[in-house]
Amino acid sequence: MNAVAEFANVSKTFATKKGEVQALAPVSFQLHADEFTTLLGTSGCGKSTLLHIAAGLETASSGEVLVDGVRVDGPGRDRGMVFQSYSLFPWLTAAENVEFALKGLGLSRAERREIAHEQLRLVGLEKFADAKPAELSGGMRQRVGIARVLSYRPKILLMDEPFGALDAQTRIEMQELLTEVWESHRLCVLFVTHDIEEAIYLSDRILVMSARPGRIKDDVRIEIPRPRGPEVLTSPALMEYKESLTASVRAEALA
Amino acid sequence: MRRDSRRGLFHQVSARDYWVWGGSALAALFALWWTVTALQLVSPYFLPSPAAVLGAFTELWGDGTLQGDLAISLQRIAIGFSIATLFALPVGILMGTVWRFEAAVEPIVDFIRYMPAVSFVPLTIVWLGVGEGQKYSILFIGTFFQQALMVMDNVKRTPREYVQVGQTLGMKTLPLLGRIVLPYSAPAIWDTIRITLGWGWTWLVIAELVAAESGLGHRIIVAQRYFHTDRIFMIIILIGVIGLVIDQAMRAIDRAWFGWSRGGAR
Repeated sequence: MNAVAEFANVSKTFATKKGEVQALAPVSFQLHADEFTTLLGTSGCGKSTLLHIAAGLETASSGEVLVDGVRVDGPGRDRGMVFQSYSLFPWLTAAENVEFALKGLGLSRAERREIAHEQLRLVGLEKFADAKPAELSGGMRQRVGIARVLSYRPKILLMDEPFGALDAQTRIEMQELLTEVWESHRLCVLFVTHDIEEAIYLSDRILVMSARPGRIKDDVRIEIPRPRGPEVLTSPALMEYKESLTASVRAEALA
Repeated sequence: MRRDSRRGLFHQVSARDYWVWGGSALAALFALWWTVTALQLVSPYFLPSPAAVLGAFTELWGDGTLQGDLAISLQRIAIGFSIATLFALPVGILMGTVWRFEAAVEPIVDFIRYMPAVSFVPLTIVWLGVGEGQKYSILFIGTFFQQALMVMDNVKRTPREYVQVGQTLGMKTLPLLGRIVLPYSAPAIWDTIRITLGWGWTWLVIAELVAAESGLGHRIIVAQRYFHTDRIFMIIILIGVIGLVIDQAMRAIDRAWFGWSRGGAR
């Protein structure tokens, strides 16, 4: 498999009043084309920091991230980001939020509108194209967030606990939706979560992170066949992975 | 025990209840004024009757004095306030977004803000004489520094993640400002303009009280000179009414343009 992105000895140190704190030990791994990879870890392990460094929104204290062999130097359209707080612009409608991402690509307004509606249809929101974010539920807002980022086809999709603010039921619906969308799009995803079941259900590969300073302590391949329907969530295969991953994550929480 | 569901703090009332209570309080105040003057409990020199105040209005409106004063006062506030706002918007936006600019400008603005605008009246007369420029300068001094700081604060409240969304879309500084920071801050900035415009009337009247040949403030001073307390009352109430009308108009525009900002959702 060819690497789309490479993390080479990426570390992060924060300066605080009490001195320097190492959030991230030097971390190295590769992301492969068409693969769904999840960073799994307890809160404060630096997994979000790692994602932000990949997005170019934060700088690494050492090391570098390469995308298609090119060093990441700030944010760019080759890496799309889905935020935990949805981050839809409240003054725009759902469709306009998607169209926003398409400006400056040389597309006509009609073309942008068409792509936006198509993307909203893929996430089941075609009827809410003209609704403002305030009129949408949390799950619907995150669907728009996903439609927005998929509309401009980034090479890598970065997702920062995108379902963390949702209730349990909506969360499961969104996991199913994301699986479905991903299985039809097949792009390189780096997903961040602390939810073990979510990680197993969605991923081809899970990188378990240790407590601060974060490093990769386990690299687990999830061999559950696709397409993965909702029944996977309660399958024995998932439970088996969950057992070993829980032990791995718990060891860190207690450490 | 049954409790009235409309009791307690921060209770949301219906629009009808609101107007009933507001209207009643205003009517009660008016009735008190009318009673006190009708029974001649206070000399009309101190407190003129509602009828006398209305009479002052018809008199000054009838001979055109009031229209002239009103026109020149509105013109002064329109020009002076607009100049202040035109400068305060870019300065405030830059202070709120560019830290070097904030560090350089904010202490100065904050310092001058604490100097009473009124104390600049003699100085502006020395500098600019008693013409229109002096009126604008008082409005500017009273408005600009407050506005710049408030706009800075409005802009700073833009959620970082909105800016990050723009950055991941490859947007540079100016598009980020124009397409994300400004649209997000626009309702708050509009509110700042609405509030500071209310204060602007204070600076205008002060400027006109001290040195002017026309305007509502000047008319108050003339009335005081001739013991026309009824005219003073009339002009003060008139300024209040104009302020109320402008305020309501700006709120209506806010509702029409920025309805999204009250949804409370990202």
